[in-house]
Amino acid sequence: MEVFLSGAVRDTVDGLTSVEVEAKTIRELLTRLIDRYPKLENHLEEGIAVAIDGTIIRDDWETPIPEGSEVFLFPRIVGG
Amino acid sequence: MNDPKYTGQEFKVIGSRVKRPDGIDKVTGRARYGADMNAPGQLVALMLRSPHAHARIKKIDISKAEKLPGVKAVITAADLPDLTDGNAGLFDTLENSMARDRALYDGHAVAGVAAIDKSTAKKALKLIKVTYEKLPHVTDVDEALEDNAPIIQPRYATEGQHGNLINKGEFGQGDIDQGFAEADVIVERSYKTGQTHQGYIEPHACLASVSPDGTGELWVTTQGHYSYRSTCAQLLGMDIAKLKVTSSEIGGGFGGKTHVWMEPIALALSRKANRPVKMVMSREEVFKASGPTCSTSMEIKIGAKKDGTIVAARAECRYMNGAFPGMWGTLGGMTAFACYSIPNNKAIGVNVLCNRPKVAAYRAPSAPMMAFGVESTIDQLSKELGMDPVELRLKNVAREGTQAPYGPVWGPIGIEPTLEAVRDHPHMKAKLGKNQGRGVACGFWFNIGGQTCSDLNIGSDGTVNLTVGTIDVGGARASLAMIAAEELGITYDDVKVNIGDTSSLGHNDTTEGSRGTFSSGMATIFAARKAVEVLKERAAKMWQIPVESVIWEGGSARATGQEHSNLPPLTLKDIAKKAGSTGGPIAGHHEATVEGAGVSFASHIVDVEVDPETGKTQILRYTVVQDAGKAIHPDYVEGQFQGAAAQGIGWALNEEYIYGKDGRLQNAGFLDYRMPVCSDLPSIDTKILEIPNPGHPYGIRGVGETSIVPPLGAIGNAVSNAVGVRMYQVPMSPPRILQALDEATV
Repeated sequence: MEVFLSGAVRDTVDGLTSVEVEAKTIRELLTRLIDRYPKLENHLEEGIAVAIDGTIIRDDWETPIPEGSEVFLFPRIVGG
Repeated sequence: MNDPKYTGQEFKVIGSRVKRPDGIDKVTGRARYGADMNAPGQLVALMLRSPHAHARIKKIDISKAEKLPGVKAVITAADLPDLTDGNAGLFDTLENSMARDRALYDGHAVAGVAAIDKSTAKKALKLIKVTYEKLPHVTDVDEALEDNAPIIQPRYATEGQHGNLINKGEFGQGDIDQGFAEADVIVERSYKTGQTHQGYIEPHACLASVSPDGTGELWVTTQGHYSYRSTCAQLLGMDIAKLKVTSSEIGGGFGGKTHVWMEPIALALSRKANRPVKMVMSREEVFKASGPTCSTSMEIKIGAKKDGTIVAARAECRYMNGAFPGMWGTLGGMTAFACYSIPNNKAIGVNVLCNRPKVAAYRAPSAPMMAFGVESTIDQLSKELGMDPVELRLKNVAREGTQAPYGPVWGPIGIEPTLEAVRDHPHMKAKLGKNQGRGVACGFWFNIGGQTCSDLNIGSDGTVNLTVGTIDVGGARASLAMIAAEELGITYDDVKVNIGDTSSLGHNDTTEGSRGTFSSGMATIFAARKAVEVLKERAAKMWQIPVESVIWEGGSARATGQEHSNLPPLTLKDIAKKAGSTGGPIAGHHEATVEGAGVSFASHIVDVEVDPETGKTQILRYTVVQDAGKAIHPDYVEGQFQGAAAQGIGWALNEEYIYGKDGRLQNAGFLDYRMPVCSDLPSIDTKILEIPNPGHPYGIRGVGETSIVPPLGAIGNAVSNAVGVRMYQVPMSPPRILQALDEATV
């Protein structure tokens, strides 16, 4: 599965716009990414959001990632 | 039962305009705000604040203040050890609450005093002697990036880039250079926006009480009492469960009350004095030492083919974060081109530090500034192309299936319908007079979900208490009561909604990001559905029939099957009355991390008249069109649209933090910081569009923030059309308009 990254999240994976990862849930995805790119772990404290086929998931790391999904990682969104 | 997908159900209560539950309390003065709570033996606390924009604190002598009769506690940073365990954000909060080795902005707290009354506390402040060493300062976002600018926070400086540049968030797709190479027309402009404050009527206020046994209570005006609890407990080394935080009624927040300011200090003073401590900010303190929004400076470049197809767009915007880093530039980068489908786009949001107060969220934070630049540039592009500005926007509008600039592909979204509604609105056909101009602009905001739980309890008379953990800033109690009534099949008047304190429910995220009604609404639906299951079980017991033979319909249990056809329905009240003998209290509870928030779009129209002699702008007519998903209570939705537009009008025309050369804020009060009043505003027309959010059973989207995004651009376009000179800076205050007119005639 190709995972696309944007914003400051991209800086934690050596500036890559996308990386190949195999994962069935968001937790699995983030764990495998951190194994490969340890700098991403610091970023998790500031917050991260994942979009799976257009649906944005901010918090629920147990959310499954269906096969063939389009997955994006970007900074966590806050509001006023 | 817990499927959050939109079902298209028909409603009986949702969509009606019921009476607001807090109206009488608010108009009679019975509602209790942050400053309205008192405790026996309470002290009054005041803060001593830095008179310098940037200064080293060489020494603080509190000995005389401590000896003053009536003074019960004085604290400085020395009383607040660093318990943040390497958490940079938490340390920022600690340092912002009380300056440590340096004062970082005019108004930064340096000491706190608790005394028996305000007069004694004031005297004590005068007895505290602070020895400062003034340091060079910078308050302008562009000057902060100059080579000789003082570095505000050396701990955040990164080798290879300016020490005040925290980070850049870059978003977009395609090949920008190739895109601009294909363009027939390119418009490239620079813009600036001023720093504004949310301007909530109620200042920050709290009553803190910490006992020697390590337990504490905090009554406070806040948008997020759970977040206040965890932050204060961590900063002060308290157990989270032992600090009870109760949210007062709130007199506006708009993002400014998502963050602690003086509350940890009030708790620390109470702990030291062993007495309850009340602390209320003055308006001057609110301006100087709470969290306004960013000022910005940006460059926008957009290129299009002759037929109006936009082929490339680039934005770079520097966001002034104050003295502590935030993610404001990142949000701006994500929102810049969200309304449009542009094959090659890049937006960069840059976070920059200055000697100004720590920036906080302000209603759709960071989006209005970027939208000012983008929407102004699109308007100029339409002139270059000879196209109607609405048609140009429609030609390039984002639709379902368009990839958002920050990655995901849009589901059903409402930007195109809002623009079509604008195009077809009678407002667009109204004639304009001399010195008058019309402007249109679009805006986007994400909306969020998050951790939420709610408790629904049915009383013995069949009335319902719904307890939620999200603060009611904009009408959530009415909306949630309506949702509970809809689900249970009872009347709105039979539901009473309470905002629970932090000891009554599990964690709830802060009311921000237009999440209150969306998230707690979701939790309420599922809590009510669980209660309905219990009601069906109780009815089955009362009838002595299998629960599978019971359905819930129109607020009553009904027995199904021919063998039960003689059983009359049991209403919720009938079942509640017998609860004691059928199994005890009847309740429903739901907790979840709510996801699936639906994005929201708005398009605005505004007519203005500019007096060429004085430069004053009058808003003649204003129309808001926004997608609300499903409008639970249309009055409140319209109120949100109007309130957001009104704040945007103030931002566009007059509101601005003005700093002197000494780095001190010159206009920390409502007389000099010019917010719009009733006479400045027309009756703002609204049009609610309802494009359901597929991620919510009722189709709800957040509605509170989006409509502050378009006003800066819409008014900028209208003023520019009225005076015939393009305005590049917000606020477009009378002196700035006169200056633009003067420069145009030279």
